[in-house]
Amino acid sequence: MLQSFYIKINKKRFKARFSETILEVAQRNNIFIPTLCYHSDLKVKENCRICLVKIKGEKELKTSCSVKVKPGMEIFTDTPEIKKLRKLNLELIFTQHSQECHDCVWFSRCQLLDLTKKYQADTSRFSNRKEKRPVYKFDSALIYDSKKCIDCRNCVEVCQNQGVGFLELKGQGADIRVVPSEDKNKDCVYCGQCLIHCPAGSFEGVGEFEEVETPLKQKGKKVIFQFAPAVRTSLGEEFGFPLRTPLTGKLIAGIKSLGVDKVFDVSLGADFTTMEEAKELITKLEDKRKLPLMTSCCPAWVKYIEFYYPEFIPYLTSVRSPHIILGGLIKTYWAQREKINPQDIFVVSVMPCVAKKYEITRPELKIKGLKPVDYVLTTRGLAQLFRKYKVDLNKIKPLQADHPLGYHSGAGIIYGATGGVMESALRTTQAMLNEKEISKIEFKKVRGMKGVKRALVKIKGKSLKIGVVNGLGFAKEILEKLKENPDLFDYLEVMACPGGCIGGGGQPIPTSKKIRNKRAQGLYQLDKKRTIRTAHQNPVIKEVYRDFLKNKKTAHYLCHTHYSRKFKKGLNILPPGQY
Amino acid sequence: MSPEKVIQKIKKAGLKGRGGAEFPTALKWEMVRKVKAEKKYLIANGSEGEPKVFKDEFILKTHPFELIEGIKIAQETIKAAKAYLYLRKDFFQKYKKKLEKIIKEKNLPIIIFKKQGGYLCGEETTLVESLEGRRLEPRSRPPYPSEKGLWDCPTLINNVETLYYVSRIINNNYQGERLYSISGGDHPGVYELSADLSLKQVLKKTGNWPNFKFFVQVGGGASGEILLTRELNQTGSGLGAIIIYPEDKTNPVSLMKKWIDFFIQENCGKCSPCREGVYRLKELLSQKNPDQEIIKDLLFLLEKSSFCPFGKAMAQPFSSLIKKVGIFNKNK
Repeated sequence: MLQSFYIKINKKRFKARFSETILEVAQRNNIFIPTLCYHSDLKVKENCRICLVKIKGEKELKTSCSVKVKPGMEIFTDTPEIKKLRKLNLELIFTQHSQECHDCVWFSRCQLLDLTKKYQADTSRFSNRKEKRPVYKFDSALIYDSKKCIDCRNCVEVCQNQGVGFLELKGQGADIRVVPSEDKNKDCVYCGQCLIHCPAGSFEGVGEFEEVETPLKQKGKKVIFQFAPAVRTSLGEEFGFPLRTPLTGKLIAGIKSLGVDKVFDVSLGADFTTMEEAKELITKLEDKRKLPLMTSCCPAWVKYIEFYYPEFIPYLTSVRSPHIILGGLIKTYWAQREKINPQDIFVVSVMPCVAKKYEITRPELKIKGLKPVDYVLTTRGLAQLFRKYKVDLNKIKPLQADHPLGYHSGAGIIYGATGGVMESALRTTQAMLNEKEISKIEFKKVRGMKGVKRALVKIKGKSLKIGVVNGLGFAKEILEKLKENPDLFDYLEVMACPGGCIGGGGQPIPTSKKIRNKRAQGLYQLDKKRTIRTAHQNPVIKEVYRDFLKNKKTAHYLCHTHYSRKFKKGLNILPPGQY
Repeated sequence: MSPEKVIQKIKKAGLKGRGGAEFPTALKWEMVRKVKAEKKYLIANGSEGEPKVFKDEFILKTHPFELIEGIKIAQETIKAAKAYLYLRKDFFQKYKKKLEKIIKEKNLPIIIFKKQGGYLCGEETTLVESLEGRRLEPRSRPPYPSEKGLWDCPTLINNVETLYYVSRIINNNYQGERLYSISGGDHPGVYELSADLSLKQVLKKTGNWPNFKFFVQVGGGASGEILLTRELNQTGSGLGAIIIYPEDKTNPVSLMKKWIDFFIQENCGKCSPCREGVYRLKELLSQKNPDQEIIKDLLFLLEKSSFCPFGKAMAQPFSSLIKKVGIFNKNK
């Protein structure tokens, strides 16, 4: 059977395969067809009608996102008629969207603006019809500005795919609206996948960069930045670097140039998490009834358990997430060392995540009355800060993270990709149990973009049943199975965002499967290059455990937390002007 | 009679769907019949949502036996596990008992289903969504309902008028008739006459040819095209409605407002041209001197780029009215 064949697009011949859509062939060959509601992660909806093309012999125009290619097909993507239709359609779409370009998550890469320019749409032909629609705040993580919504429904679908279903479609016709659910059994978990998949910038993280500027200007404040593993291979996308370019050194230099006192690396925090989690796993392996042990680095996953499946709370590891541990250490260990009053320290975490904005408000995480982390900036937020202060990553000379909380293992880096927490913990657990140096570093079965990854790992003669859930949408099925059969797994990693943190809600947009893959590859390459690739071999880890975390009580206080069942709070609609 | 023969007979009679799209009935049946599937469904659509169309009710009221027989024939021909008779809410209330009695007497696997929405459910895939209990919105095509319809099974969807004529064809009692819903004349009502007659003949035969200057809307009372007196030598089309408007007493803008109110009400909101376009048309029509250029642009967009046939057809009444009758010179 012929697998591939030729089609013509704008009179040029291109190779195509049977399962491909016109849009896919065009994109593969760098032929521009505009899209808005299309996202490669989601179902084809054909809602926005922007990608219409002419197929020779067909009476009506067709959406290129939905039509599969056929041998001999002749396609025209930009006839005068199509151009006119796109112009008119854009005029309509644009006027159901309130512009607020200066701090939009799309910033300079806004497709709406680009398209209106390209097709010379006259956006003043109609008045903005959504001016009076409300702005919602989802706890301290996300803002949903329904004035900007263009009714494409990507957010509703992705929220459903995440197994959350908090965003719902109400109404009909021009009164159709995406609204947060009023159902008391549905609540947002702050994963931010809505934001990542919205073509119109209707969702954004709470706050973003402005609040960081104040402490930077305050005298006597020590501002400490720490950045997550995933940030280093994704930030470059905001500035036109090729995908997966590691920018660790430039990123540190850029932050330093803002007047920040110290820059530490959350990958070290990850090493601490690994240490504690490995210990907890080893303890729990003695008592099978306490298994499976479930990871808890992902605050969206934790909220999901606390809200949707509170019966599983005891299975979540009590170990704090990496940036929370490191934040705590900055305000205790490091503060003592440097003789600084912890109250004068302002810790900013640069995270690929919006749920982390919510996580830092959890009161049980406080260390001696202080929040371990004062502010969470997303990857995008940092990019905005860089742009505002004209930090040129192309020119800036790379710097290393500060001593001592900047040194980390390779295991700490792969935390940013799905399976990374599991792999890091396995590296160290194996070593702890074998007592000799470990033989195996790479656990490739837990890597990759599959929704659910399962493997049997032999440790000290015992086989460990491990599972990695990549994307919250797969969690429900696993949890339901666990209810029936608790023996299914001994150790389970769950990350809410597809691809893990590299696909997080705080990451640059667009995000797609291809982009997530590249970002993850970048992290694995960095791990490979590290001489020390396990948490327990990290000299800083050894030093801090020896000098500071020597008694169990301190270690527990700084590295562990607890969880509780969560109930839905009322919807928070921001009054006009307050946003 | 064998399924092949039934289809052959329908084909020979030249029956076309009476739900508006005028797709050849035999071809549609053949498509569903040919698909291999464990389960197939039949839906008889009696949801009559368009203004000034009364023929579905006419059938329910006066020809329920033929209708049920038509459903039975279709069901046997395509081997449908179940048939749904999908009825507008008020029809459901009025005719359910009578129809159920017939179904029970003949012991047929036909379920009468109360319509969930309005006009929108006249679109086949929206109708299927409605039966499945979802939002009333059209589905992407392909797959067509004949391949994947109700619960993803091959599904034959026919208007009740189509099925009524199927029974007449099989009983050798069909001479190419169709139903005309006539309003605005001296003798409004539903008439059964040859589909070959010109509109002029239909109006004359039924005593509805006005003695004043007029234009008509044919097909349906919202999406139908506007025809001038001199254009009435053509035959009826679509849903078979003929609405007479006296030229002097009809304010074209009011007429357009009436249509647009209907389309605002009956808008699913799925695609941007139709959702936004209709909203802006209403906005424009409420202005004193609406920009004609924008109206034309919006109609062009609706016709060329809407998702479903309803959105595409919506431009027709407006465009034909503007072109043939003119609107703004008379709006004084």
